[in-house]
Amino acid sequence: MAEYQSHEHDVLVIGAGGAGLRAAIEASAAGVSVGLVCKSLLGKAHTVMAEGGVAAALANVDDRDGWSVHFADTMRGGQYLSNWRMAELHAREAPDRVRELEAWGALFDRTTDGRILQRNFGGHKYPRLAHVGDRTGLEMIRTLQDYGIHQGMEVYMEHAIVALLKDGDRVVGAFGYDRERGRFRVFRAKAVILATGGIGRAFKITSNSWEYTGDGHGLAYDAGAALLDMEFVQFHPTGMVWPPSVRGILVTEGVRGEGGVLTNSEGNRFMFDDIPDLYKNSTADSPEEGWIYTQGDKEARRPPELLTRDHVARCIVREIREGRGSPHNGVYLDISWIREKLSNAEEHIKRKLPSMYHQFKQLADIDITKEAMEVGPTTHYVMGGVLVDADTQMSTVPGLFAAGECAAGLHGANRLGGNSLSDLLVFGQRAGKYAAEFARENGNGAIDDGQIDAAVSETLAPFDREQSGENPFEIQYELQERMQELVGIVRNEGDMQRALEVVNDLRQRAEKVSVVGNREYNPGWHTALDLKFLLIVSEAVARAALERKESRGAHFREDYEEKDEAFGSLNVTQHKGSDGEMVINRVPVTPLREDLATIIEENR
Amino acid sequence: MATANFRIWRGDGESGGFEDYSTEIDEGMVVLDAVHQIQAESAPDLAVRWNCKAGKCGSCSAEVNGNPRLMCMTRMSDLPEDETITIEPMKAFPTIRDLVTDVSWNFEAKMKIKPFRPRKPDAEDGTWRMDQDDIERVQEFRKCIECFLCQDVCHVLREHDLHEEFIGPRLMVHNAALEMHPLDTEDRLGDLKEDQGIGYCNITKCCTHVCPEEITITDNAIIPLKERVVGEFYDPLNRLLRIFKSKDSDEPT
Repeated sequence: MAEYQSHEHDVLVIGAGGAGLRAAIEASAAGVSVGLVCKSLLGKAHTVMAEGGVAAALANVDDRDGWSVHFADTMRGGQYLSNWRMAELHAREAPDRVRELEAWGALFDRTTDGRILQRNFGGHKYPRLAHVGDRTGLEMIRTLQDYGIHQGMEVYMEHAIVALLKDGDRVVGAFGYDRERGRFRVFRAKAVILATGGIGRAFKITSNSWEYTGDGHGLAYDAGAALLDMEFVQFHPTGMVWPPSVRGILVTEGVRGEGGVLTNSEGNRFMFDDIPDLYKNSTADSPEEGWIYTQGDKEARRPPELLTRDHVARCIVREIREGRGSPHNGVYLDISWIREKLSNAEEHIKRKLPSMYHQFKQLADIDITKEAMEVGPTTHYVMGGVLVDADTQMSTVPGLFAAGECAAGLHGANRLGGNSLSDLLVFGQRAGKYAAEFARENGNGAIDDGQIDAAVSETLAPFDREQSGENPFEIQYELQERMQELVGIVRNEGDMQRALEVVNDLRQRAEKVSVVGNREYNPGWHTALDLKFLLIVSEAVARAALERKESRGAHFREDYEEKDEAFGSLNVTQHKGSDGEMVINRVPVTPLREDLATIIEENR
Repeated sequence: MATANFRIWRGDGESGGFEDYSTEIDEGMVVLDAVHQIQAESAPDLAVRWNCKAGKCGSCSAEVNGNPRLMCMTRMSDLPEDETITIEPMKAFPTIRDLVTDVSWNFEAKMKIKPFRPRKPDAEDGTWRMDQDDIERVQEFRKCIECFLCQDVCHVLREHDLHEEFIGPRLMVHNAALEMHPLDTEDRLGDLKEDQGIGYCNITKCCTHVCPEEITITDNAIIPLKERVVGEFYDPLNRLLRIFKSKDSDEPT
């Protein structure tokens, strides 16, 4: 019998970024006992990296905005594959969730009349993103953290979960270890919420931190839950490309929102050359119109740099592929040009984009107030994730909930910037509320020792193997390299079939991984344990992307370059079959509710 | 490409010592990249805490050539080229393993600070109005990424080990952010004076110098707090008022 410490809570939240914290706060407010597990220290989760802002139709800057416009924008951005009920709840509830943060101490930038300021962002019709310079995520996570710690929850910092524990069909707990000492933990809970974020670490060039290894996706899948929309991985158009060690670090869309322009090596503003039909009416037809839009002119239309992320990323890839890229395989993003328009441009840029100024100055010796940045696409976000009920956020497995990036449904084929921070607030709150309710209505489950023993031996296996085994870092690098190459921004059948072979091969190698040292804060061991989930999500992305034989949103296939109507009304789901193989299903999109269909028509 | 030599502290809370490593350095690399490379090449169990690698999360704090730094924001090219680079864990906190320290004290100490308590919403729509000018000072404090480098360099904590009596610069900044928040109604001055040891700070400004977010910790946060504490507790008129106040507070409220 393995040695472990037991903890018991009504609701266990796995992940302490925005979604996890918001869920834990809500569940605590409902009066149940809450455990919050985070892989890092509290307040370090990836939410901290979010820059641009949180989308909510507060209508503080443009009173024509409202939830219905936000709803229509989100559906259009998602190419109508979003779960419309989630898109509705999200648009309706985001304003309250943002105002609530203010009541908990957040200090958003202000309008001249003292209300929360909102900025323009890609795909949003009106200025909608509440923000704090370009460090909105930090403001949000710190607000939730500082409020949350006084709500009675128990926080387990630097703990990783490796398996969910079940009683029959129902999830009733989780098994993991503390990273600092390597001691095992069994968490017993009446309901479990996954809020583990994304899968960016399955790719080489990514804006995501080491934590983003698809844990929630993998845990849910192994527990029998269905995944949805896994083919849709967002490549953010602007990541740093030079120097190599910072490749992939995010350059906020806020740069473009403040007037930054994209140019190629010929000095051409190439985004004007390719504007999709869906957005023709709402895009500026001259640089001047684009500029005055960014400066708040309500009659002007947005510049093409603020088209949706999938489109901008593909245009950048095209410029680079066709030889019009910058010296380090990117394109130019220039905000310094606004000195032609503003006398205090330098100060203005530093005030609006302080982290970007800092980041380029310190890491690349570039002064963004004086020269252009070099940027290129970076793996940023996964629209796919755990299939959940729109209202309650419960997965297809009883007692298992998911919220934030590791859940799917809101963003469909492509997420709009700013909609992730609002997503995690709206659905974090809902997950917390309904998980607490589930915990109240259901008693404790029973966890048989066999499950725990199996998890223990799997977790310790890398120590038990011969030291001549595989190196976990090498397997991770190879997976990242190959996923980037084979299942990246531009995809085709042959590449993705090869990717499946690679995943299969690496899975076998991962079973031979060995590690040295002991269980105290051992990165080799941690990396070895992360491989399982990385391989599950990599397979899921490749298989779903093979299934969708068309190009739509973030999913682009050079062997099927056009949209296919048939695929426009179905989602791809995946679950673990009884034989352990991944099963794929095509699920028809539920027809829109009539009033919502009208809203979409009115906003065309 | 050039080879760089490192002396990295290895060990746990009880024992340990420096070990030598070398690795190839590419253009633009930061110290954290070099540590990761060493980890992948020759020391897979070398413990290092990190997260965003973009100077935004404050996880990878350590002492590089004796200076408290974020490893992800310290470029190799900014360090002397032909000298061995020393990397050690922060010294103001117990070491867990190698470069990882136990910073849990900071989280526990923060719990003792009274949380934000806003005044009642006073705008028509049930929210508040605040001028940008009135929040800028607090926004500076809220840039803090909780890397705890200021705590590490503070001699009250580092040399005198007075963690029980002094909450340190980071939590002074946190106090200041709350005290100067335009909506906050809580009173933390008594706690600052009695339990949190604001008097221990003798304004050497070491914290300000190491802050990667360039928060003017001493001048903008600690000194104004000290002034408020002095105003509240040492101003003769206020002392008199407090005597009356404490009598009043005997009444049930």
